[in-house]
Amino acid sequence: MSTTTVPGPAAIGSSAEATPDPARARRRRTLAQWGFVAPAVLFMLLFFGYPLVRNIVMSFQHYTPSTFFTGKAPFNGLDNWRKVFGDGLFGKALWQTILFTIGSLIGQFCIGLALAVFFNRRFPLGGVLRALILLPWLVPMVVSGIVWRRILDQDIGVLNSFLGLFGIGHTPWLTSTHVALLAVILVNVWIGIPFNMVILYGGLQELPREVYEAASLDGASAWRTFRSITLPLLKPVITVVLVLGFMSTVKILDLVLALTDGGPADSTQTLGTLTYQDSFVQLDFGAGAVVGNVLVLISAVFAVFYLRANRTEGK
Amino acid sequence: MRAHPPNGPWPGRRRVRRPALVALTVASAVVGSTALTGCGQSRDPGVYTVLNSSTDDSYHSWDAATLERCGKRLGVTVRQQSVPADQVMTKSLRMASSKSLPDIIQFDGSEMPAFAETGGLMDLRRLGVDTTDVPQGILDYGSYKGTYYGAARTVNTLALFYNKDVLGKAGVKVPTTWEEMREAARKLTRGHRYGIALSAGGAEDGVYQFTPFMWSNGGDETDLAGRQVIQALDYWKSLLSDGSLSKSTINWTQADVNDQFMAGNAAMMINGPWQVETLNTKKSLHWGIARIPVPRAGDDSVGPLGGGELTIPDIGDTTREKTSAKIVNCLTSEQEEVTYALNSWMIPANRKAAAVWRKKVPSLSSLADQVAVARSRTAKVGSGWTSISLALQSAFQSALTGQSSASALKHAQARVESGK
Repeated sequence: MSTTTVPGPAAIGSSAEATPDPARARRRRTLAQWGFVAPAVLFMLLFFGYPLVRNIVMSFQHYTPSTFFTGKAPFNGLDNWRKVFGDGLFGKALWQTILFTIGSLIGQFCIGLALAVFFNRRFPLGGVLRALILLPWLVPMVVSGIVWRRILDQDIGVLNSFLGLFGIGHTPWLTSTHVALLAVILVNVWIGIPFNMVILYGGLQELPREVYEAASLDGASAWRTFRSITLPLLKPVITVVLVLGFMSTVKILDLVLALTDGGPADSTQTLGTLTYQDSFVQLDFGAGAVVGNVLVLISAVFAVFYLRANRTEGK
Repeated sequence: MRAHPPNGPWPGRRRVRRPALVALTVASAVVGSTALTGCGQSRDPGVYTVLNSSTDDSYHSWDAATLERCGKRLGVTVRQQSVPADQVMTKSLRMASSKSLPDIIQFDGSEMPAFAETGGLMDLRRLGVDTTDVPQGILDYGSYKGTYYGAARTVNTLALFYNKDVLGKAGVKVPTTWEEMREAARKLTRGHRYGIALSAGGAEDGVYQFTPFMWSNGGDETDLAGRQVIQALDYWKSLLSDGSLSKSTINWTQADVNDQFMAGNAAMMINGPWQVETLNTKKSLHWGIARIPVPRAGDDSVGPLGGGELTIPDIGDTTREKTSAKIVNCLTSEQEEVTYALNSWMIPANRKAAAVWRKKVPSLSSLADQVAVARSRTAKVGSGWTSISLALQSAFQSALTGQSSASALKHAQARVESGK
């Protein structure tokens, strides 16, 4: 496709020698610039643009297993959208996705930040401990999910046996419609702590020592130092952590599938599991695309806020 | 290019630019062309492929041996490609859109109708697949809208497994009715051991386990809010409220149920014969098998039919498809069915093969009885089964976590109807 816009090397060589025309040279320079941009643009169009547009189009089509044979997917207007929004499950999944995302982010961030501040001080074995805390990050999500499913088992799970030592009765972690979402959030917090800690720890290491020295000379308390120096200076890093955390949390699928499969009674169904269920269990690809689009839209809105926040910060 | 004298307006830049342009052009062309090709493949006339879900080591090697024997007999090479069971459908659809379908696909019986509905499967009878000695129930299981698309080698169903030692020690007889089972489960619950284990998980496993209770009571998947279905769900609830069934049941797959039974955490369980291989690895466990209890003495115990079906997708090459049919005939021959059934602890589909098998494993004969009257999940509703299954999962999970059976099932029925 680019062969039509970019002339062959031989043509450039011979014509350039014949007439050193400034206008032509400029045009050629623009061409070269486009040449450098082209691979990136092509890549984006192919791997991001195309699937996105395809997904939007698909949400307006009656896209069924037959489509794979005939290649025909008749447009059905807003039918898919009406069907998805008309089903009570969508609202439930949306609300649960919001709860899951907010809960996970708060938990991961607060504990991650506390640990980062803690490890920012030098003490014996600090490095080893910090490395150990990274472990959850190294375990594949599905493995974590399966292990936690055993730990959280109501009757034979380790957690309930442990809590039993303190006289706390058997908690139905994954088997009660009221507790299951909380349990999934807790597991996700456990998984997300290392990521938050590492990035925040890196940020803390970059902060100028002098400011802290000045603060201690002025007799500022530890809390005051944290609130007035650490937090404001760390703000750019915090934004990055929260945005990346949001992106990976809102689309959660693997963890929920491994832990509860969306159950019991859809109480841990999120938009991620819903689009999976629509597309790959019910084979209603149009409906699945609708939910997928909503997810993309949520991320896009968030991305706009993020970019705007960054711009004001840059000024 | 190197020979070109650097005498232009921007000599330095130009030297960089030209090779770079060449590279970019080539790169773009390569990206573009790989994106467009990659679809379609020509088939090797002597090599046939079977797509199945035999990812498990032992199943994979059993199938490999069978396919090799059949290939040798027919003078072709038969290869198997195995993907996890829940991916057979999506994988096949992707292969269909890229015109690279395998010659034979082994679908789960509950999935076949969805694929058959696309018109992508061949009528097996017309291709010459032999159906003599296949019982009517199993023919129906492999049919969609009257056409026979899927040939089962072996089938399975569910049964009641019980721990002989535990029942013997407690002096409890093997239950045959719901009331007896409830009573037995209550008596057998001791300490960390529950009377019974079953899967009410939020996936096909749970629905599969619910069907014998629903059907034996006269309930039907076309009317989830019907009285008999509500009674069946209430029966499950009663086991839970008696404390004879763990609350974790709603989070268990059938494999989890088997684990619980083997670990001694349950005295009885509802499960299928495919677990026998694992059960037998524990020598100290003495288990027995019986029909799933029925609501009232004298009722028929109706279980679900399960198991893979060999289908031949439409690849637009009749000669090749006819050879595939011969491969299917070989795989479903009496000899091969018995071998496969003995390996996998399932029941041969062919009547003659089943008779041979019964003599070899008399301990599982109650399963063979159950299979003879078992029912296909998709016979009535065809490809609509998936939405019914999803609604039903949600319903029994709601009911087992507190909601009333009637309102949960009414909601499920409404969901199925609105989805149409």
